Amino acid sequence: MADPLTAADVDRVAALAQLELTDQERRTFVGQLNEILGYAQQIQTLDTTGVEPTSHVLAGHSADRADELRPSLPITEALEDAPDAAPEAGLFRVPRVIGPTE
Amino acid sequence: MTNHFPTTAREIRDAVASRRVSAVEVCRHYLDRIAQFDGKLGAFRAVAADRALEDAARVDNENAALPLAGVPVAVKDNLCTRGMTSTASSKILEGYVPPYDATVITRLKQAGAIVIGKTNCDEFGMGSSTENSAYGPSRNPWDTSRIPGGSSGGSAVAVSAQLAPVALGSDTGGSIRQPAAMCGIVGLKPTYGRVSRYGLLAFASSLDQIGPLARTVFDAALLLKIMAGHDPADSTAASAPVPDFCEALTGDVTGIRLGVPAAIIDEGIDQDVRNAFSQSLEVLKDRGATLVDIDLPHARYAIPTYYLVATAEASSNLARYDGVRYGFRASNTGQDLRAMYTRTRAGGFGTEVKRRIMLGTYVLSAGYYDAYYLKALRVRTLIRRDYERAFERVDLVAMPTSPTPAFALGERLEDPLQMYLTDVFTVSAPLAGLPAISLPCGFSSRKLPIGLQLIGRPFEEAVVFRVADAYERATTWWKEQPRVRM
Repeated sequence: MADPLTAADVDRVAALAQLELTDQERRTFVGQLNEILGYAQQIQTLDTTGVEPTSHVLAGHSADRADELRPSLPITEALEDAPDAAPEAGLFRVPRVIGPTE
Repeated sequence: MTNHFPTTAREIRDAVASRRVSAVEVCRHYLDRIAQFDGKLGAFRAVAADRALEDAARVDNENAALPLAGVPVAVKDNLCTRGMTSTASSKILEGYVPPYDATVITRLKQAGAIVIGKTNCDEFGMGSSTENSAYGPSRNPWDTSRIPGGSSGGSAVAVSAQLAPVALGSDTGGSIRQPAAMCGIVGLKPTYGRVSRYGLLAFASSLDQIGPLARTVFDAALLLKIMAGHDPADSTAASAPVPDFCEALTGDVTGIRLGVPAAIIDEGIDQDVRNAFSQSLEVLKDRGATLVDIDLPHARYAIPTYYLVATAEASSNLARYDGVRYGFRASNTGQDLRAMYTRTRAGGFGTEVKRRIMLGTYVLSAGYYDAYYLKALRVRTLIRRDYERAFERVDLVAMPTSPTPAFALGERLEDPLQMYLTDVFTVSAPLAGLPAISLPCGFSSRKLPIGLQLIGRPFEEAVVFRVADAYERATTWWKEQPRVRM
């Protein structure tokens, strides 16, 4: 049986999920997530030995198709919705990820 | 114009084809109603008046014989529409204008339908009341102090209040059927794989399906026929043949075996809902169906299973919203990439979405994956097997759509677990991948609509539609309309 969620767990999970939480959210989520997980504990009472997991319900489904070149979205159109882009270079613009640090 | 203005998709396309009314007149009629009532109801996020009128004129001039000629369609805002904002009612996609149409939109347009606007929903489909929209709630036309259900609440309100004859929604754990029930209309979640999800903003990919909301079973069948079928752009869209669902509506249910899981319909269900459900079974029995007691022993585990599986998938699907390619990006993050991600997501997502991302990330994280996520997938198998066993003896399973009629705005907003329990009857069908319909089967003592749910075997929407249509023919609930007080 898993341990109840602590404030430290909430911080760890928020970091994994790339979410910055406010102090208020952190406090609320500890309580609410523990309540939800506590409710979900009832599935632990079921014996699932030898039961295969169902990750999706498609049976005997084949998604193969011919590997043919098809038209795709022009780069200029793909960049139109970007908060910051360099259309002349055909690139999205983000804060520096590589290179010298101060 | 005839004295009866056409108000169903079937009537509209027939009237447009025979030139009794023009597609432009139909479009104006609905735009006028939206202008008159939507300030109160909040069904729409965006209305495409000019574009809709242009498209309608084109139908009048070129395509008046198409199967959905001139039929206005309201589209849930989590479906991509080229040149029209598609935000999933999230701030993180504020102003997002997709460069392409979802496959269902392409198919409906090719059939002559007119996209009249985009409808409000719970953010990314996460909710059961449409209160989790970043742009404010929608209101139930039967009582505007109450929620319309969710997450496709705006679509259900639009059809119920006749701001559009038909609408599209998406259903992950009940998001088409539950608002349809609470607004007194028809809503179908198709079999998993029946309809392409290309262009649907993904929530939980092993569960999400797009489906129709309508005032009649015929209209829902008409829409599904056009939306369904294989799509090279979605590897999960099945190549199963698509029958003419409208032809299946014979009115005959003789010999249909209807499974009733009596054990799960006693536990804390509203008395009005229980009465309406029992009476609807009697109607179908009178029409020639046989009622069969069935047992779904794992049904009571469906809610925890659903909320572990759906949130796990959501945490992964929503990782794409990072402020780089589209939508909102937080300002004041300096030259720090990680701060740009975390603050964009902090500022762009609403509380319920954050809660589900947190829950889903937790149950997938090292040390908890086996106990929660993998365990839930095994229980999902048990829930599937319950239905497989039941379908050896019956053709359909019947249960209420929602345990209560529409509740008051704000009533469950501070208690996420109570909100989740609202979905007790709707989460099983998507977990098992089954088609399920909700249709009007009565009213509560406060004159709030109640829905009957019929669940079928995979890819047997035709049987679901046939029985639903027979019930509709035998009753008059669907004819009742809300009177919206302004």
